[in-house]
Amino acid sequence: MARFLFHRFWQSVVLLFIVSLIGFVVLNMIPGGPLSQFALDASMTQEDVDRIARQLGLDRPLLFRYFDWSWKLVQGDWGTSFRDGTPVLHVIGRHLPATLLLMGTSTVISFVLGAWIGIRGATHRYSGFDYAATIGAMVALSIPTFWFGLVGIYIFSLKLGWLPAGNMYTIGDQSLLNYLHHLILPSLVLSLVTVATWSRYIRTAVLDVISQDFIKTARAKGVSERRVLMRHVVGNALLPIIALAGMQVPALLGGALVTETVFTWPGMGRLFLDSLGYSDYPVVMGLLMLSAILTLIGNLLADIVIAVVDPRVRLS
Amino acid sequence: MNSSAVQSRRGTTPVPTPHRWWHGRAVRRFARHRLALIGIFMITALTLVCAVGPYFLPYDSLFIDLRARFAPPFSGLHFLGTDPLGRDQAARLLEAGRISLLVGLLAMLMSTTLGSAVGLVAGYYGGRVGAVLMRLVDAFLAFPSIFLVLALAALLQPSPTMITVIIAVTSWMEVARIVEAEVRSVREREFVLAGRMLGLRGSHIMFREILPNVMGPIIVAATLTIARAILLEAYVSFLGYGIQPPLPSWGNMLNGAQQYLSTAPWLAIVPGLTITIAVTSLNFIGDGLRDALDVRGDHTAG
Repeated sequence: MARFLFHRFWQSVVLLFIVSLIGFVVLNMIPGGPLSQFALDASMTQEDVDRIARQLGLDRPLLFRYFDWSWKLVQGDWGTSFRDGTPVLHVIGRHLPATLLLMGTSTVISFVLGAWIGIRGATHRYSGFDYAATIGAMVALSIPTFWFGLVGIYIFSLKLGWLPAGNMYTIGDQSLLNYLHHLILPSLVLSLVTVATWSRYIRTAVLDVISQDFIKTARAKGVSERRVLMRHVVGNALLPIIALAGMQVPALLGGALVTETVFTWPGMGRLFLDSLGYSDYPVVMGLLMLSAILTLIGNLLADIVIAVVDPRVRLS
Repeated sequence: MNSSAVQSRRGTTPVPTPHRWWHGRAVRRFARHRLALIGIFMITALTLVCAVGPYFLPYDSLFIDLRARFAPPFSGLHFLGTDPLGRDQAARLLEAGRISLLVGLLAMLMSTTLGSAVGLVAGYYGGRVGAVLMRLVDAFLAFPSIFLVLALAALLQPSPTMITVIIAVTSWMEVARIVEAEVRSVREREFVLAGRMLGLRGSHIMFREILPNVMGPIIVAATLTIARAILLEAYVSFLGYGIQPPLPSWGNMLNGAQQYLSTAPWLAIVPGLTITIAVTSLNFIGDGLRDALDVRGDHTAG
């Protein structure tokens, strides 16, 4: 097991290196690079642009800049924002909690709803409920998240007036209840896609277990259906389900970006868009790296969980 | 993932006939899949309406009429109402459909070609080449695609062609993974070995012998990739970095819709509903094809 962990960990580190190289090269290969924003500015002469390039160290060869940048990255120096000179990690740190709150809530919602739909679908296979859930999941995966958010705002904020249409809290009221009230709609919207994925995945996981011999044995011994389901089936399907959480990170991050925009939620997604708008390179790069790191950590955790459950994985 | 329609028929036909997987059972199985048929019907209807519809509408998609701003649906000949500039929403929706569907289709063609090529080479040669290529796939998959698309679209000049290329460049990895796994399972089969014995070139074996045998999974993945590409274009355009106005796309029609949500909700509802219908249809078709072509795995576009 230790060898497996070590091996997977190094794989992730190598992958992170490739990821950072791709990210860096892609963003810098673009015509004009980080200074493309000034190309359209008539008041800027070429000398001005060159001077800014020198100041920001952008006149050196690409590979040098990459190694410089990545070495600092490892040391925790992610550069400073072009916009106001604050360290990138600071800027990101300010926005991260809001995103994590949104993603966490949404994960809990999708886990509970997805487990209910998935288990019911598996135990009542080919029932009306199962078909409805299958079709529902496919439709849910086809709805643009932002549009679902707009419809939600229209119905629950504008027509019914039950929920706030945006922001994380009302200014001047930072009570827990106020936060929760603002959290409901965006987290439900973000859950749309994940509930669909979870429910399909859990249905498959439960069906895999149900068809195995030890379930038949348990039933034959006269264990009640409820106990079979809760102890034997769910117990054994649980770990692969948890592993899915790790693999959902990119979907959640992408969804969060869109959801945060619609609901003016002060998280990483909004920060990313704002930074793009200002051509704030270091922050954009930092967020790209952070999202990749979170994704890789998620995958690593999922792999470890799967390896714990299934010894065959460890040996291959 | 080593079951294609060809393999499942192996018992009845001793010589593999890889070029005829689309005959017989697959077609019958697809026809039994009611949702897939609904999907085919809807996407065909939508494509036709977008293709010829604009010629029959009384308004041009760019005709501005400030006296008719924010007309609700079914006012006069504005069947779907008008936008903040008094442009006919029906005309814009169909014009946008042409662009969005075309972007989706072309992005799919590009990314499927790229993904299949990478998957073929990685799966066939394996070893170090395969490992490097698949690590590249993993690396691209580590970025949430919307982040990468936005970053690229914001820094490059966002023309429809560029958006198509950007979407293609960020969505070939799934196909590559699927094809690589398929090719690896087919690589040691007799007809490939026979090809090698005959001294055929690697490219011949890959494209003429192996490719037809992994076509089923590629077709399924391609269908789902159109769905994904349409969604991705909608996201980027909604956020303002995709197709730029005055050129309409389903995504950028929703771009300004949020601020008029209380006064003109149809501006948000109509394009979003259209995207959902298009993407759902394609996902249904993909699901039907998966059953018909006997492809395993559940990769609905998300």
